[in-house]
Amino acid sequence: MAKSLNLRSIEELRTSTFKIEGVPTVTSEEQCDTEEIVAKKYEDLHKNLLVNKNLPVLLRKQHIDYLLQNLHFLPTSYQFLDASRSWMCYWILHALTLLGTDINEGTKSKVSSFLKKCQHPDGGFGGGPGQLSHLAPTYAAVNALVLLGNEEAYNVIDRCKLKKFLTRMHQPDGSFTMHEGGEVDIRGAYCALSVASLTDILSKETFINTPEWLVTCQTYEGGFAGCPGMEAHGGYSFCGLAALFILQKGHLIDYNAFLRWLVNRQMRFEGGFQGRTNKLVDGCYSFWQGGAFSLIYSLLANENNPPSHQLFDERALQEYLLICCQNIHGGLIDKPGKPRDVYHTCYTLSGLSVAQHFKNESYILGPLQNKVGFIHPLYNIRPDLVKKAILFFNNSKLISSNVS
Amino acid sequence: MKMSDSSDEEQDVNYVLFKDRPDWKDIRPIEQDDDDEIVAIHYTDKFKDVHNYLRALLKKGEKSERALELTRVAASENPANYTVWQFRRDILKTLNKDLHEELDYIEKFILKQSKNYQVWHHRKLLVDWLKDPSKENYFTTLILNKDAKNYHAWQHRQWYMKTFQVFDGELDYVDSLLNDDVRNNSAWNQRYFVINNTTGFTEEVLKREIDYTLSKIKEVVENESAWNYLRGLLLHDKEGLSKNKTVTNFCEELYSSNSQSPFVLSLIVDMCCEQVQEGSGDSIYTLERALQLCSDLELKYDKIRANYWKHMADTIKRKASGENVEEEPTTS
Repeated sequence: MAKSLNLRSIEELRTSTFKIEGVPTVTSEEQCDTEEIVAKKYEDLHKNLLVNKNLPVLLRKQHIDYLLQNLHFLPTSYQFLDASRSWMCYWILHALTLLGTDINEGTKSKVSSFLKKCQHPDGGFGGGPGQLSHLAPTYAAVNALVLLGNEEAYNVIDRCKLKKFLTRMHQPDGSFTMHEGGEVDIRGAYCALSVASLTDILSKETFINTPEWLVTCQTYEGGFAGCPGMEAHGGYSFCGLAALFILQKGHLIDYNAFLRWLVNRQMRFEGGFQGRTNKLVDGCYSFWQGGAFSLIYSLLANENNPPSHQLFDERALQEYLLICCQNIHGGLIDKPGKPRDVYHTCYTLSGLSVAQHFKNESYILGPLQNKVGFIHPLYNIRPDLVKKAILFFNNSKLISSNVS
Repeated sequence: MKMSDSSDEEQDVNYVLFKDRPDWKDIRPIEQDDDDEIVAIHYTDKFKDVHNYLRALLKKGEKSERALELTRVAASENPANYTVWQFRRDILKTLNKDLHEELDYIEKFILKQSKNYQVWHHRKLLVDWLKDPSKENYFTTLILNKDAKNYHAWQHRQWYMKTFQVFDGELDYVDSLLNDDVRNNSAWNQRYFVINNTTGFTEEVLKREIDYTLSKIKEVVENESAWNYLRGLLLHDKEGLSKNKTVTNFCEELYSSNSQSPFVLSLIVDMCCEQVQEGSGDSIYTLERALQLCSDLELKYDKIRANYWKHMADTIKRKASGENVEEEPTTS
């Protein structure tokens, strides 16, 4: 069942703007500039509503066309993401899944074949063919293969060698280095746990001291930092929380502090989320922050205190995503004025999914056709595809195949 | 997103592709297999050329001067290519290169590409190998002058300070950043980091920091960074959140002066909860007051978080009526 949501009124928005209190600083100036461009978007929409009651609309067809085109060919401006091509497969496939598009078998086969070329002979995946294994593209490649959802895709993964790769990346203090000789931060632990749990190679020995290390990344603000001592940050917070959940250690965090920090990341005027305290809104945090809520809900449910409603303003978030983050030619963005890209398209649509669904009920801003698919909160993949993959790997023996 | 910057030299019209360089004639370039036409990038000729030769050298395992030069071009074409940086470090070690020179090179690089994991990690390893953090204060300050919230710069700064135990002058630096922009959350976080790694939050330090923070809140009340820091300090107050007279008096004064800042109200809610839970007799921190404030926040002062405040009120009521909220947690 789907329920319709209404827009916040212009009057309500007017009372929500930033207060400078006579002390303008770099932070307040940037914030006020952003509110100004967002305000323009909201005002325009309210004007257009007078002639078209059916707003705001998700530009589904435009986004699908944009994504399908990018699945095959990317412009030169993507050169600097040449070490993230596995990521691009995941971002595009996941966004297409959320929009309800099926990829034909021929294309699926080509994606599997491409990702196989990204797999390193010693296990794990690189960002492109012939690149070193790295935990982030490994996470992306496994997620992309799970999204493809067929045995050809699953069989690309050499799980035996993947497990060895994870073991090599594991550090004595429980953290993970992103690649051999690479940097250590909280993404590593999440990426390792995500792929290990999806492909059924998770064992305690691979994650010795990891829960303890993750917990030390929770900051005095309540969110998680990239490493102990650093500032709480949306992307790292999702990684930390989801990693602890996969380890079934979610209860180790101070979840009241986490929730307080998390709810305060939603911008009172823009409606979207910021990544850190006193930073600017960005569409991608709709997922990194928004996606953490359902994990917190399950902790609250364990405490016999499940929320009866979302704990953020799902209406305001949908406003921001639909009114401020869509490129009219397809693709989604960080904030008005920014160029479109497949990363933001993936995470804004994931955030839209988070904002639309709560406990099997849908809450839709704009026409009901705006509804997008569900996500699994730990992996950001459609839940049935997660189940299907886990079932497959549970029933497969751990044999190392030859990687060509 | 922006294209990577090439150095001036490489934008030169006289730039010669590797395939046209006489001293590279012995290498057979290896093309990338993109037959699948999946996320295939429309590379420039220069990009393709340098990567064709990179693949050849990686396969050959050649660690030479010309290989070093090749990684320089490849890294400038795509600074996020971690394989290139890893190869470059292998070459540096094999050829026993002057790492101070490399430090100068990466400094210029980071000034152009300051939001990239690979370049900062490269610098970190160089400093680690040299065991010399003497340039890091100057360098990270230079980057933070351009963007005082650059996460990579802060992470690098914390790393060398902790590794080499050099915290001198850092609180003054933080103070100057907060004087420039009291809303700079990274600076507040650094303040916490420094104290945590030097004096610790002793009673004396705690008192000094609380006074400092309250004075900053007086300047700008709606500054979440300062309020979060205050809560961070109170984590170290053995008496809890609600017994520090300086803090409670400050909050009550603010409250009665008609400040309806959600941050003041929210802190008072938590003070009430603490005292109700402990069964303390302090008459101003009651269950009724907590519920009233939650309702005020929900309906008037923090409407974007209305759902949260409603949930908080329910939680507080349930706790007070003795339901099993927050008993010994089970696994998630």
